Amino acid sequence: MNIVVCVKYVPDAQADRTFSQDNTTDRTNVDGLLSELDEYAVEEALKLAEAGEGEVTVVTVGPDGAAEAIKKALQMGADKGVHVLDDAIHGSDAPATSLVLAEAVKKAAGGSPELVLMGLASTDGTMSVVPAMLAERLGLPQITQLSSMEIADGKVTGRRDSDAASDTLEAPLPAVVSVTDQINEPRYPSFKGIMAAKKKPVETWSLADLGVDAGQVGLDNAWTKVESFTARPPREQGEIVTDEGDGGTKLAEFLAKAKLI
Amino acid sequence: MAEVLVLVDHTDGQVKKNTAELLTLARQIGEPSAVFVGSNAEAARPRLAQFGAEKVYVIDTPDVTGALAAPLAEALAAVAEQAKPAAILLPTSGVNKEAAARLAVKTGSGLITDATNVEGGEGGVKTTQSAFASNFTVTSTVTTPTAIVTVKANATAPQASQAGATVVPVDVTVSDAAKATQVTASEPKQKSGRPELTEAQIVVSGGRGTGGDFSPVEAFADTLGAAVGASRAAVDAGWYPHSNQVGQTGKQVSPQLYVAAGISGAIQHRAGMQTSKTIVAINKDEEAPIFELVDFGVVGDLFTVLPQANDAVKAAKN
Repeated sequence: MNIVVCVKYVPDAQADRTFSQDNTTDRTNVDGLLSELDEYAVEEALKLAEAGEGEVTVVTVGPDGAAEAIKKALQMGADKGVHVLDDAIHGSDAPATSLVLAEAVKKAAGGSPELVLMGLASTDGTMSVVPAMLAERLGLPQITQLSSMEIADGKVTGRRDSDAASDTLEAPLPAVVSVTDQINEPRYPSFKGIMAAKKKPVETWSLADLGVDAGQVGLDNAWTKVESFTARPPREQGEIVTDEGDGGTKLAEFLAKAKLI
Repeated sequence: MAEVLVLVDHTDGQVKKNTAELLTLARQIGEPSAVFVGSNAEAARPRLAQFGAEKVYVIDTPDVTGALAAPLAEALAAVAEQAKPAAILLPTSGVNKEAAARLAVKTGSGLITDATNVEGGEGGVKTTQSAFASNFTVTSTVTTPTAIVTVKANATAPQASQAGATVVPVDVTVSDAAKATQVTASEPKQKSGRPELTEAQIVVSGGRGTGGDFSPVEAFADTLGAAVGASRAAVDAGWYPHSNQVGQTGKQVSPQLYVAAGISGAIQHRAGMQTSKTIVAINKDEEAPIFELVDFGVVGDLFTVLPQANDAVKAAKN
C-alpha cells in the first residue's frame, strides 16, 4: 500500500513565535521543526507499512527549511520525501495550501493515493481544517481525529472521541485520515535511521511541476487577510500567598472579593 | 440586508447557549437566519426567534445528522446556494470546523476558525482570534463574498431581539461520496452532570500534582458549578479522559474563572487557558510558571488547600 503522509514545518512552539512585516508567520527568528502533531501520523504510517507491504512517502509544502521536517520523518523511517518549494506559495491560506497539497499527493502517489495520513492540526495555525479540505479536493472520504485506527478489507476503521460520544467510524479506501496525539507514541530516530535517511530520495517540485497556477496561491490571492496583530499584554502578577494552614480560606476570600462566588 | 447563516447547536431541539451567542454576533453583520439540522426544529423555534433569527432553514434527513463533516458541508452548501449569505457562522467543534473547511473549498469562501468576534466591515467580514498560544490577538478580513467563520463559545453575551423565525424546509440530497464515511457504533459519554468544558463559566483543572486523585478537584468544581479540566500530564498518565484536556492539543477554554490545581503551567497548557478572565493556582512549587499568570496563587498542597477552600466557599454561599 502506498501511504502518503502530509506534514508541516512549523516554528518551535516552545519559542517566542511572532509575525513578520507582511503579517505572515515569522519563520526567521525561531527554529523550525516537524509539527509535533504530525509525528503521530508518521508513526502510524510506519506501523502500517511495517505490518504489510507498504511504502511511506512524506509530502510537505513549505519554504527552504521545510526540508528539515522531511528529514525528521525519513529518520523515523519513511521511505521517501517530496518538498513542494516555490516562492509564490508564501502566505498561502488553508484553501490554497490544500490545493497545492492535493496535486502533490496525486503526483507522489502516481494518480490516486491509497491512504493519506495527517496530524490533527499544525501547531502554528492550529486550524485543523487542511485534512478536510484535502479530502474535498481529492474527492475522497475523510475519517478524522482518530484516536485508534485499523486497516482491513479495503476499509479504514477508527475511533473518534467527542464531548458527547465515542464513535466508531468506517470509510472505504482510498481515504484521508487524521489522527490525534492519543493514537500512539512516536518513535525517536535511531542512529541507524539517521544514517539511512541520508540516502533516501527527496524530490523538490515547483508549482509548475504540479500544474498549479501561481495566481491561485500566495498572500495576494488568499481569501482571508490578516489586518493586524497585537501582543497580549503581560498579565500583572497577582497576589501569591504561602499556605500556612489558611491558604484555602484566603483563596475563598479572594473569590468572594472578586464576586466569583 | 444580507442574510447571515448560523448553524444551530442543539440536542433534540434544545438549543445551546453558543447558538444564542452566534445569532447575537450575526446581527453585527446582517440579518440572522438559523440553520437547523435534525428533528424537533419546532421545539427550537421560540429560542431562535428570541435571539433574532428571521428564518429557520430546516434540514431533517437521516443522511445529515451533524455527526460527520462531509454531509453537513453539502447541506450547508445547499442553504448557502439559496440564501447567498454574507457569512456562515458555526459554533467551533471538531466536526463543524471540518464541515466549514469543505464548505470553504466548495463555495470558494475564506475561512476563519476559533474566532472571538465577528463584525461587518468594508472589504469583507472582520474577525478577531487568538494566535500562537493566545499570545497574540489577530484581526483579519475575509475577502470573499461569503465569509465562513467558526466561533468559540463565550465570544459574546447573548442579547435577545425578537424575530419571526419563519421555517423554511430545505431538501438536501447527499451525494454517495459524502455518505462514504459512516458512524458504525456510538457510545454516549457518561454524563458527569457538570457543564461542558468549553462553555463553562468556571473551570477547575487538575494536573500532575493530583497524583491521580481528582476527588478534591471534582468536589471544588461541584461547589462552584464548574467544569473539570486536566493537564496533558494528567491525561497522558491515564488519570482523566482526553476529552477533558485543556491545552494546545486539547480544549481551549476562556471562562470567567480558571482554577489550576497541581498544574505547573507549561506553554502547552497555557495555550489552552491564558485568556481566562481570572486565574487562580494552587501548587506546591513556588517556581511553577503558572504563578506568572495568576490573579491569586497559593503555594501549598492542593490536598489541604482545596478542601479548606471548598468548605469556606460552601459556608459563604449559605
